[in-house]
Order: sequence, then C-alpha cells, then structure tokens
Amino acid sequence: MRKYTPKDNVQGKAYYTDRFWVAPRVPTTEVEEGSHFAKVVEVLSSKITLKDAVLQIGQLRVVVEATDNVEALRLLRDECGYAMCSEISAVDYLARDGEFEIFYQMLNLDEAKRVRVVCRIKDGEAIESVCPLFKSANFAEREIFDMFGIKVNNHPFLKRILMPDDWEGHPLLKSYPLVGDEFASWYEVDKIFGKEYRDIVGPENRDPARVDRYDSQRFSRVGYEVPFGAEIDRENEKANPIKYSETLLVDYNTSSKTLDKRK
Amino acid sequence: MAQHQVNYASSAGLPIALTSVDKLVNWGRSNSLWPLTYGLACCAIEMMASGASRYDFDRMGTIFRASPRQADVMILAGTLSKKHSEFARRLYDQMTEPKWVISMGSCANTGGMFNTYATVQGVDRIIPVDIYLPGCAPRPETLQYAMMMLQKKIRRESADMKKNTKQRIV
Repeated sequence: MRKYTPKDNVQGKAYYTDRFWVAPRVPTTEVEEGSHFAKVVEVLSSKITLKDAVLQIGQLRVVVEATDNVEALRLLRDECGYAMCSEISAVDYLARDGEFEIFYQMLNLDEAKRVRVVCRIKDGEAIESVCPLFKSANFAEREIFDMFGIKVNNHPFLKRILMPDDWEGHPLLKSYPLVGDEFASWYEVDKIFGKEYRDIVGPENRDPARVDRYDSQRFSRVGYEVPFGAEIDRENEKANPIKYSETLLVDYNTSSKTLDKRK
Repeated sequence: MAQHQVNYASSAGLPIALTSVDKLVNWGRSNSLWPLTYGLACCAIEMMASGASRYDFDRMGTIFRASPRQADVMILAGTLSKKHSEFARRLYDQMTEPKWVISMGSCANTGGMFNTYATVQGVDRIIPVDIYLPGCAPRPETLQYAMMMLQKKIRRESADMKKNTKQRIV
C-alpha cells in the first residue's frame, strides 16, 4: 500500500505526484528444508527444470519453462495432491521484457497450500493447453486468448469468451486503447445499422462532465432558460433573471413585519 | 315483458359517454402496458421487485410478458454491453407497434459508471427511448412512477402512431 501522507495541506504540496515513490516488492523467502513446499520442489525438479522456486506470502512460486507447463501441473496434481486449478491467466510484460507471463494457481485442498506455476512466452508464441488435466482450464484459456491474443495449442474450443467474435484487438493488452479506438467506439452502430448511420447516431460521449449550454434538451442554463428543445440564438441570448417571491421571502430588516412580537 | 325501471332523465342521465377515438384507444393502450421480461443487470432486480407482490405492477395493468411479440414496453434495465446491443435491438424490432421504451438507470441512460470501450454509452444510440429513468439503481416506486409517466405520455399521443413525433432511429 502507498505510504500515508497528510492531506490537510494539499495546496502546499501535491501529495499525489510523489515522483520518488517506488512500488513495494512482495517479500520473497527461500523454501525451508523439510517443509511441505520443499517436497513439492523436490518432486518437480526431479522431472523438469525449475528456473526459480521461492515463497511469497506463504505460497510457493515456481518458474518453469513454457514447454513444461503440462508436466509441471501433472506432477502437482498426481504426486503432490494439488487437485484444483483455481486460476489461470496472463500478464502483459511486452513493453518491459517483450514477453507474456502465464501463471497457474494451484490449490491443495488436503494441506490448504497453494502453488503458483509461472512461465513466460515471447510475443507470438503459443502455450500448450492444460485442459486434459483440469476442466477448469477450458474457460480460463479461452479468456487468455480473448484478452491477450495468446494462442493455446490443442484447446478443445478456442474461441473468444467475453468479447464478441468479430471484435478487433485484445483488451487486456497494455497497448489496447481505452478511449478513442474507432472500431470499439462505433461497434454497435456499425453492427446494427451499418457505417452509413454513423452521422445520424453521432459519436459516443465518453466525457462524463460534458456540458453543452446550447443543447436545450439535456441542459438548462440558470438565468437563460428556454423551452425544452428550443433553438438558442447564440448571438443575442435573452436573460431571464431569477425573480424571488415577495410573499415567501420577507426582509425583516427593512419591512415593518416583526419576527417575534416579544422583541 | 320486463319493464325498464331506470329513469334516464332523473338519475345519472343517459347511459352514453362521449369521447374521441384517440382517447378511447389510448385509454386501452395506457392501462394495459405489457413490458418485456428482459433484464440486463442489477436494475433488473428492482424491476423484478416492482413486478412482485410488495410493489405489485399488476394493479396498474402492467404484466410482464415473456415474448417480444406480446409486449408493448421494453424496459432496458441495466448495463447494455456492446456485445449484447445487437440482441437488444433485435428484441426491440420483434415487438409489434405500438411500442415504447423505458431506459432504466444510469447505465442504460448514459453508460453510467461504465465509461469503457465495451459498454454502449446510452441505449438511445441504438433504440429510441421514451422515458429516461435516473437512479442507480432506481427503486421500484421510481419504476412505477416512470410507468405512470409513460401512461400520461401515451394519453397525450394520437391513436395513429405515425402522427406521433417521436425521435426514431431507423
């Protein structure tokens, strides 16, 4: 978590632009001798090469070759009791390393232990499916394909799962534009009416604070009110000053009325 | 032979009500608004509560129908994602005229808090809307009030739907 800085004098010092703030790293510790995770590392390293095996927040994190992912998960399931694959996803490190990180979160229900199997692939490379081992991998790998564009070899039904089938781009990539993507912003208009209706429907408004003072259907300008939907003459707008009711608001300082007769 | 005992001249007058065709037709239309059973997100929970016994839409003649062919009103209750917009428009197209649309909640009105690439920023981009109902989510009373406002709007309309100046997309 970001260190707390007092916010009672934000004018003097902009607390939100701390240029020298460094995101804290998750503390890593070595695997202790004789522990449950030491046996897991022993089983895994007997069959496959482990690049790294550390403890992070009570969980084992093993880094394997991308080609060994099925074998690593099979060893964990059959020989270490990790019967549940609770999450599979990827992280986009293309800008930093030119690689995707794919992780498999494994759960041992008997020992209440978790292992994260991590592997890295280059952009454009594919990963082998773990669907034969875990049924839960089916949708998760489809989501990886949908969100990152990572191909999964030998997947039974590799198809987009969240976005429409004809969507362009993969939204969880860091390079995906959140605003201003032409395909995304006109998608529903192009799909339903066709591109020639873009002029009729108009561009979508992604500015939640937009105010158009000449739009009398959606906005009203105080002191310059016009009937609903009326055209506003931009040069000579007519002011309608706010009139206060004389019967409701009584100025007790100048009028003869007294607020309380006891005074 | 039975003899009429009603004295038309003295009691409530002649058993005749004078009205116009517009008023008669709109009386029927506005008092039997049948919305489509169609929920998109959390606003649909409030819509279901409006239809259930505590708030009781049925007393207003509003009965949810499970087919767009039998529905008059489409309540767009919730966030409309771009993937689903095609199907929402198809449901609207399958409803028979006359038909009306209530946009329920912030997400349906403007996209609401989902200011994202994957959400339709206001359902009026694809479907002409009659009533915009603010709230996140609007309470069942608010939806009932919107339905009553729609009834008032229908009663002002002409029976010939072609004469009604509604902003229509396609």
